[in-house]
This record gives sequence, structure tokens and C-alpha cells, in this order.
Amino acid sequence: MKNKLSRFAVPYVVWMALFVVIPILMIVVYAFTSADGTPTLDNFARIGEYFPVFVRSFKLALIATLVCLLIGYPLACALAREGARFQRVAMMLIMLPMWMNFLLRTYAWMSILENTGLLNRLFGAIGLFDLINSLFGTDIEYFKMINTQGAVVLGMVYNFLPFMVLPIYSVIVKLDQKLIEAARDLGADGVTVFRRVTLPLSLPGVLSGITMVFVPAVSTFAISQLLGGGQQLLLGNLIEMQFKGAAYNPQLGSAVALVMMVIVVICMTVMNRFGEGEEQAVIL
Amino acid sequence: MAKELIRLSDCFVQFDDDIILDHLNLYINDHEFLTLLGPSGCGKTTTLRLIGGFLKPTSGDIFFDGVRINDVPPHKRAVNTVFQKYALFPHLNVFENIAFGLRIPRTDSSGKKKVRLPEEEIRGRVLEMLEIVNLKGFEKRSISSLSGGQQQRVSIARALVNEPKVLLLDEPLGALDLRLRKDMQNELKRIQQQMGITFIYVTHDQEEALAMSDTVVVMDGGKIQQIGTPEDIYNEPKNAFVADFIGESNIIDGIMRADQVVEIFNRRFQCLDKGFQKDEAVDVVIRPEDVDIVPEDQGQLRGTVTSVTFKGMQYDIIVDFYGFKWLIQTTDFCPVGSHIGIKIDPDGFHVMKKSQYSGLFGDYSSYSEEYEEISDVDYDPEAEEDQEGGHEE
Repeated sequence: MKNKLSRFAVPYVVWMALFVVIPILMIVVYAFTSADGTPTLDNFARIGEYFPVFVRSFKLALIATLVCLLIGYPLACALAREGARFQRVAMMLIMLPMWMNFLLRTYAWMSILENTGLLNRLFGAIGLFDLINSLFGTDIEYFKMINTQGAVVLGMVYNFLPFMVLPIYSVIVKLDQKLIEAARDLGADGVTVFRRVTLPLSLPGVLSGITMVFVPAVSTFAISQLLGGGQQLLLGNLIEMQFKGAAYNPQLGSAVALVMMVIVVICMTVMNRFGEGEEQAVIL
Repeated sequence: MAKELIRLSDCFVQFDDDIILDHLNLYINDHEFLTLLGPSGCGKTTTLRLIGGFLKPTSGDIFFDGVRINDVPPHKRAVNTVFQKYALFPHLNVFENIAFGLRIPRTDSSGKKKVRLPEEEIRGRVLEMLEIVNLKGFEKRSISSLSGGQQQRVSIARALVNEPKVLLLDEPLGALDLRLRKDMQNELKRIQQQMGITFIYVTHDQEEALAMSDTVVVMDGGKIQQIGTPEDIYNEPKNAFVADFIGESNIIDGIMRADQVVEIFNRRFQCLDKGFQKDEAVDVVIRPEDVDIVPEDQGQLRGTVTSVTFKGMQYDIIVDFYGFKWLIQTTDFCPVGSHIGIKIDPDGFHVMKKSQYSGLFGDYSSYSEEYEEISDVDYDPEAEEDQEGGHEE
């Protein structure tokens, strides 16, 4: 179709080609070649060694996404019911942390969760450790929170929660109240209204929320590095290590990146099937 | 004999400082087609929401079949609603929209167990309903692929399939074009007679109200202005508001000089009304079609034609009588500027007591704009909705 406005899309197409399509093609090429440039499948053969990293990455990202959903959905619902002014203020509060640098926010969590961090000092000050030690005869001075999988999940949830709340909220707030009334009128109680009207109609928001949390979570390397302390190696860290540092091996890094991408795309496609007939959630 | 089904007793509704319903008393009989008619903001939709259970009166009681239902939530009332913009579920197809109510488990007659209807029964009832609303074969269609009139039928089917005792219709034809509206009016009337249930219909369109209803309730300012059959309402309006709102009318200041004698423009006319005080000031309604045009010298009144509009069946002419403009409908062509005489039979005069509405609808030309607004197809009944929107619960 010829559209007069289509020429305005040209810069965007060029941009996408230069910085999205070509890099992906380069990753594909790298993944299928060895260091001297000959075609090979060796890179993929080596991926088996890193199977636990794949499992850990997807597991943590999945948990983080689930936690975001469990917090985000009720939050979005509750928000949508409030008055317009409350909604604006609450939305701003939810967005506020995002105005600060992502790394700064994550560093802040480090100093909170450290063995001698804010939280442990607080517990010490209120005598929590003394109490536990006297009760169970243990000898602990702090809770180990930093450098655990829990800390990584916490970091993911903290950083990505707005991406879950926003799309769900924007769908629910636009939900026609007359539909809710119609369902009640037809005999549905509160639970049935939610199950048969609110939930299915908010599904597009849920799907894009899941996508927007899961994808960055599965590929993050900063959060796992800072809050996982290198002990909770994720795919993002694995890939990063192949491109910089001693283990320099861009071919292997590309192969890992490619496999991860394929898995993510498959996940998203399957998930979007659930929403078939609804508006399609955005892939990536 | 007609049996009383719903009674609104002294219902008062107030949002903040606005009185929406002012001590309303109304009863509705079984099998009746009752229309709540009035301009936007008159309280008709609020009345419907009281019956549907979406709103509780500030004071007063609602009875259904003799039982007080103030605190019964909507999903437990034996009424179903056809909403203004249909409110069909966009994620369900036509079949599932109609089956929505049937799929909800009901407490059985023993009052303990929740029972689901068997799938074949749901299927049978939905298909039967589709046939009644002339949508056979549409069950697989998505809502967005339907025209306005078809969506309307689905929303009626969705409500009726639950076999409610009362169907509430909130300006259901407001979004349809004129032609489709006329078709749907006939169809609604047919469905009501076929199913034999009570319809409570809300509209601002007086023609619709007159064409379909057994009983018309004219409302304004949160109060009932008149209740009666369409004929009563049209022929014997109780006050200037009803006379103006129903049909078109010329409302003139008059004085009752004696029983059956009314004086307008300092002339006495024979009429049929009596029971007024001697020399009581009254409003006199003369319908445009009750005026006969005669040669100037034979007329009871004489005037000058100031405008002529061809309406197909008749001409609408505006005639100036001593500075006061009347609307007259006639099949005779009278050119602008011609001098004519008129004759009115005694049954053409409708004499009403003075009310708060007296004087509001005087000169025909001065309020015709308002009239057009009321009868405008594109008029947005949502205005009333928005006003009430923030006050739910």
C-alpha cells in the first residue's frame, strides 16, 4: 500500500536495519563460525556445559515475573478504582524510582542487603539476633541476604515491577464499567465477574506485562552481578564474560545469545497463543 | 386483573447537593409495557438503576412482588437490563454473550446446592432466543462484526434468555438511526407480547414512548409529571411541561370565564373543560393539527403566515396572531405573507392549571430550538450518564 506518510518511516527503517537487524545477523554468523572464520557447530556443542546457567536464568526470571504479577495485578486493580487525582499521584510514585539510574538503585540494594548492611544492622539494633540465638542456641550475627538467588529476584522485582503494573493498569482503567454492571445484572457475583469479565479482558495487559518483565529479567547481568556477587551466574553474565574479560570468546557468546533469544521467542509465541482472539500482546 | 409487581415508595435520591429523585411513588404492573419519559437529567435512568439494583435510594423503599428489595444486590434480582450502549462482552462471541447468564450456577429450589444448567439446555435456549430476535445463524459471530442493530438484538437476547420477570431497557434504541429505530420499536413490542413479561423502558423520545407503551410516565426534575396511557398523556396533558414535551403544542395564557368557556386573546371560545374557578388563569394547549384553516373573514382568529415548511404529509406553518406565533399543521398550502383565519373545535382546547412550567413554553418560535434538541437523533443521552457516573455505590 502506498501511503504518503510512509516516507517518514524511512529513517526508522534505516535505524532498525543498522542497529537491530544487522547486529542480529552478525550474532548468527558469529555463532556458526569458529575463531578463524570457518563454519562450525562447535559453539553450540559447548553450550551443554552451561545448562545449569540456562536453568537458573529462566528459573529466576520466571519467579521474578510471577512475583511481579502477584503484586502488580492487585495493585493495578486497586489503583484503577481510586479517584483520578489519587491515580495520578500513585502512578508518579510508581514511576519515580525509574527516574533514578538503574545501577544506582541496584547499588542501593547492595548496601541494604549486605552482611553489615542497613537491614542487618537494624535487626541487630532491635535485638533480633540475640533473641534468635537465645531461643535456638545458635550463634548468628547477620542474615545472609546479599549474593543469594533471593537477592537477585528481589532486584529484578524491584526494577521491573513498573513494567508489569503499567500495561495492566492501562487496560483495567479503560475497562467499560458497563460491562461489569452487565455481568452483575446477568447474575454474576463478584468472583464470577472477575473470572469471566475483568480477567479475560485484562489479559492483553497481563501478557505484555509478563513480556516486559520476563525478557529483561532473563537477560539481565547487572542485577545478578551486583546482588548475586558473581556466585549466581546468569545468562547475561555468561554472555558478557565471552565478550570482555579473560575468557574472550565472542563465537560462544553469540551462540548462547542466539539460543536464549530463540527460547524467549518460543516462550512468547506460546504465551500469546493463550491470548488468541484477544488483542495480541506485543512480542518484545 | 393486572397484578402489581414493582412498587417504588417515596424514593428519594440525592448526590451531594443535587436532588435526583424527589420522593417518587410509582407502581408497575405485571405484563405491562411502561415507559419512563423525560429530558436528560429528569431522573428516569436513576429510577431504572434503583430497580436494577445498581443504586440505593437515599431514603424510601423498593418492593418487588411485595418483598422489600432495597438491599438485594443486582445479581440476585429477577430483573435483567438492556444497556444504553449494549455493553456486550467483546471477548465472547454472540452465543457466549447470550449464554453468559445461563452459565452461572443458580441455587436450586431447595436453596442449598448450586446447579449448573446442562449444556444442551443452554444451547437450546440460546438458539431459541436467537430466533426470537431474528439472528438465526449468528451464534459464532464476534461482537465487533455486528452492526448496531444486530448488537442491540444480541443484548436483548442476552437479557431475555434468563427469563426475567422484568426487562429494564435504558434508551436501547438511542444509538440507532431513525429507520432502524422504527423497526426495532415494532420488534420490541412484538417480543414483549410474545414473552409476556414486564418491560420498563427509558427514553427521551416521546414518539417512541407513545408508539410502544401501555403506560407512559412523564418525568422532569426528579418528579413524575403525569402517568397515563399514551392517549391520556397526549390528549389531556396535566401541565405545560407535559404538553410541550409530548408532541408539539401551542401553549397560550388563558382565563376560564365559566365552565366550558375559555378566553384567549380577549375572545371567548367554547371548550370541553370545566371545574375551574371563575376567572382562573390557566394554560391553554392547542395542538397544531387541531387548527382548521379557513378564509380570513370566517376565522375565529386572524393571523399572518410567517414561515412554511413542507413535511411530506403536511405543511408546518408558523402563523403570527397579534404578535404571538403558533405552529399549525395543515395539508392546505398557504404562502408566506398570506392572511388566514382559523377555527378550533371545542375539543381542540386543552385547559390546564397553571404550574411551575407556565410561561416557559410560550411563543412557539421561541422554544422550537429546544424542541429540536430534544428530538435530535444525534443527541447524546450520555450527558445524563456522565453526570451520575461518579456517584455509584
